[in-house]
Amino acid sequence: MKRNAPLVVAFIAGLVVLVGGFIPREPFPSIESTLIDWFMIISGFAILLGQASLLHLNITRVKEKMPNWPYYLAGLISFALMLIVGLLWGMEQTPGLLGQGDGIVKSLGAKPFDYLFTNAFIPLSATMFSLLAFYIASAAYRAFIIRTFESNLLMITAVIVMLGRTSFAQLLTGWIPDKLSFLRLPELTNFIMEYPNTAAQRAILISAALGIVGASLRIILGIERSYLGGGK
Amino acid sequence: MKKVDRTVIERRIVFLILVLAVMLPMLFPLGLKTQSTPLTQKVYDLIESVPTGAPVILSFDYDPSVITEIQPMALALIEHAWKKGHKVIATAMWPQGPQMADRAFNEVKEKLAEQNPEAELPEYGKDYVNLGYKPGGLVTIQGMGRNMKAIFPSDITGKKYEEIPLLEKVRTLKDIRYVISLSAGDPGLRDWIMTAKGKFNVPVAGGTTAVSTPGFLPYVSDQDQLHGLLGGLKSAAEYELLMGYEGDASRGMNPQSVAHILILLLILFGNIRAARKRKADKLALEENNG
Repeated sequence: MKRNAPLVVAFIAGLVVLVGGFIPREPFPSIESTLIDWFMIISGFAILLGQASLLHLNITRVKEKMPNWPYYLAGLISFALMLIVGLLWGMEQTPGLLGQGDGIVKSLGAKPFDYLFTNAFIPLSATMFSLLAFYIASAAYRAFIIRTFESNLLMITAVIVMLGRTSFAQLLTGWIPDKLSFLRLPELTNFIMEYPNTAAQRAILISAALGIVGASLRIILGIERSYLGGGK
Repeated sequence: MKKVDRTVIERRIVFLILVLAVMLPMLFPLGLKTQSTPLTQKVYDLIESVPTGAPVILSFDYDPSVITEIQPMALALIEHAWKKGHKVIATAMWPQGPQMADRAFNEVKEKLAEQNPEAELPEYGKDYVNLGYKPGGLVTIQGMGRNMKAIFPSDITGKKYEEIPLLEKVRTLKDIRYVISLSAGDPGLRDWIMTAKGKFNVPVAGGTTAVSTPGFLPYVSDQDQLHGLLGGLKSAAEYELLMGYEGDASRGMNPQSVAHILILLLILFGNIRAARKRKADKLALEENNG
């Protein structure tokens, strides 16, 4: 029963939405609309579940003094700090439990949540993403080595596209006469992106879509049960 | 004293050069100009083609990690939409999206106030509104196609949907003249294409990070599944160019271009070194074989 009930629910919900897509007549739109509401409520709870899981995982790691535990502690402190200031004074125009916190806004220039968001979270997030550039630069001269015909092709394409996406592109090839304008780097880049890239991307998209249809059917028919957890 | 590995030293040198390559063009701008491409022009034309007073959606489906690439697009698009008199509705499929939207609205308002202190600035609730974050991605957009109020009963200030003047005539997604999703991943632009365009036939355009742009190009087809695409900082700079100003994206293109050239040089250097090593190994093998 414990395993069969979710399978029956998945089968009925999947079938109704599937049939509703082909028959836009009552009662399908109403049922679909209700299912959408349920989905959004479940999604909301999923966020809560994610936060609970995050807390549980980090607390366990700190308690057991696992390697790098101070980082997990920092994560927990940050989590608690944002939660508390958000609850007490709210964010932007939304009031918190203590109202709009006019006094604290006067001294900080913003609500504590917004202040931390702007001055800590945004720079930290942008920094983490920017670090990618360093890894790419470091990997560029060690990993991107021409060994075969395919890697040669990849290299030539990469050079054209990378140069074509810089502001130097026009400077380097702007002198090419209009008759041969297709040889200018921006034009070559647009051609590569528009034709070979799009063709390959379409093939990937179609394959992925067929894969999703297959996987969805397996879930609806109860063949794929891994989402239920508990091993096989 | 512990001896530092050669690879580690090389990596540190590369990092240092990259820092210089990014920093120097920021301190001493090279004045490089960028050129507009058809994909950016298409987004611009979409906004130009919609009449004054039309309600439009800008969806902030990203977080601060991609702020450098996507926020300049948001600023340029908001400014363009406001200049055309469109009523901008901000939604978000990512939790930090509403904050990104607020920052963008405030920044554009400050800029407009600086440019013309006597001009009438866009008013919240009348000219623009921030409906906030909703989880659910594709399913949420489907819900918006049936009833916007059911999905967003209030805005981020807690004001009820029916009390917001801008939303008076907006019942469903079909009342929207175009959607532009600024997207850093999933949920995001793909969901808007599949639902808003695919199901409700609302024109959809997008802005993404440069790394995810190639994956969206198949949608910019004759069927206009995607009505133009802004890909990365370069497209943001192109949009600024079309708007007639040099903003963060145009300034950011200088260091980015130098960094790209540096990476190309590093690839070249790596290949020369690998070729020399292969040659040396071959010679050594021949010597060993006699």
